[in-house]
Amino acid sequence: MPPPLPDEPGPRSWSRAFGDLRQGWKQRPLWGYLGWQDIKQRYRRSVLGPLWISVTMAVVATAMGILYGALFGEDIATFLPYVATGLLIWYFINGCILEGSEVFIANEGLIRFLPAPLSLHIYRLVWRQSLFFVHNLVVWAVLILIFPQPLGWSLLLAIPAFALLVLNGAWISVLTGIIATRFRDIPPIIASLSQLLFFMTPIVWQYETLLRNPAVAERARIAELNPVMHFVEILRQPMLGQEIAWRHWYIAGAITVVGIGAALVCLRNYRSRVAYWV
Amino acid sequence: MVSIDIQGASVDFPIFDAKTRSLKKAVLGKAGGRIGTDSKVPIIEALRDISLSLRKGDRVALVGHNGAGKSTLLRLMSGIYEPTRGRARIIGKVAPVFDLAVGMDPEISGLENILIRGLFLGMTRKEMDARVDDIAAFTELGDYLDMPLRTYSTGMRVRLALGVVTSVDPEILLLDEGIGAVDAEFLAKARDRLKELVERSGMLVFASHSDEFLADLCSTAIWMEHGTIREHGPLREVLHHYKGRDVLAEIEAR
Repeated sequence: MPPPLPDEPGPRSWSRAFGDLRQGWKQRPLWGYLGWQDIKQRYRRSVLGPLWISVTMAVVATAMGILYGALFGEDIATFLPYVATGLLIWYFINGCILEGSEVFIANEGLIRFLPAPLSLHIYRLVWRQSLFFVHNLVVWAVLILIFPQPLGWSLLLAIPAFALLVLNGAWISVLTGIIATRFRDIPPIIASLSQLLFFMTPIVWQYETLLRNPAVAERARIAELNPVMHFVEILRQPMLGQEIAWRHWYIAGAITVVGIGAALVCLRNYRSRVAYWV
Repeated sequence: MVSIDIQGASVDFPIFDAKTRSLKKAVLGKAGGRIGTDSKVPIIEALRDISLSLRKGDRVALVGHNGAGKSTLLRLMSGIYEPTRGRARIIGKVAPVFDLAVGMDPEISGLENILIRGLFLGMTRKEMDARVDDIAAFTELGDYLDMPLRTYSTGMRVRLALGVVTSVDPEILLLDEGIGAVDAEFLAKARDRLKELVERSGMLVFASHSDEFLADLCSTAIWMEHGTIREHGPLREVLHHYKGRDVLAEIEAR
């Protein structure tokens, strides 16, 4: 007769949830390698390789900058870097949200056949998105060289801002990833919302410009309700040398705390169910 | 201490069909109340009330008909499934060989796949770099290791997977059937290596329909039936009861 196991923590316990996060973190070499592999994979056998990420970004940013700059009558020298920086941040956020909702579904095979902490897939995803971000950062750097912006010491704020973005990418992947594994309608819902979100976020338009126009100022304020806007602003303002509006930091910080809390609760309660659901 | 302790564990799979697996149903279902049986998710009881205790040195054969729960039990032992009811405690480094295609990327080379598989099994990069030559020699794949995995035959993939798993010094080795796709010569080699490994490091649980393989590697057996343990004891007795004849004697007589 096997000895009883009364002291063993159950599947729904904080110790197992944090154990999962810790163990996943320990496997840095694995997800570090897999994240790189994901990127190399996508551009395997192409001549430019991962450089395609930067090229694509450059083309889209230039086209959008010129198009919307003409529509809104903005000066290209400021508007092009503005659009590019916004896109750079948007790509990261959007990647985390879109791929986050499919993170466990896409790794079904691994989850069902190899014992590994769930958080491994989260780390891999956020790491991969960060690598994309770095590739796109090249475009930003080039544009800053061509169209110099009033950068200052506030540029250092970009580092904690990006750290906040990474934390949020992680919690949202955990949360939507688990829910979407159970309810398969979530990924298409998120995919269609993300289109909408792009236009709701000041990327190809400027919030301040709209506020100055009395005809649309009222409606423009709705953008404040869009959480993504605050995350875009905390990173874009230092990257363009704009004046820092601290309220974005407060809101982003609050969202981070609440989001991490929700994700942890979800991880604790449903972590062990994911293998059954995929 | 390498050990597997499972107590009163059950594994229930919820089967969501297209209707129940959506948010619409969950939301609407709440408003409308229960509609007969389809408001509840049907459940498959893959394992029921499993209790067992394995220690270092145990070499266990898993036998039973298709669908008896052998593979699910192996995955419970690996920690992939945590029991829906009951408790399971697994202590030790687990190396599972279940589905050989999983965790292998067909687009990258055999060598890279060796590295990834090793990292998945808890090795560091350094440790894997040190072992790569040994694994390459064992698999006898030679220059093929630089080719993308999609060019490999099934047997070659099995060689690769077994090569990695047996080289990482696992403490708990879990093998599911289906490693039969290799030629006889390599099989003999793999058998020796597995034997050596089991003697050296700990615990083996092996699900297979090949009596010879089981007789060679295992000392005890678990007979699974309808998701429960029908019998757990010495290999000879369990196989005898399961097959209705003394299989080991037949093998020895050959």
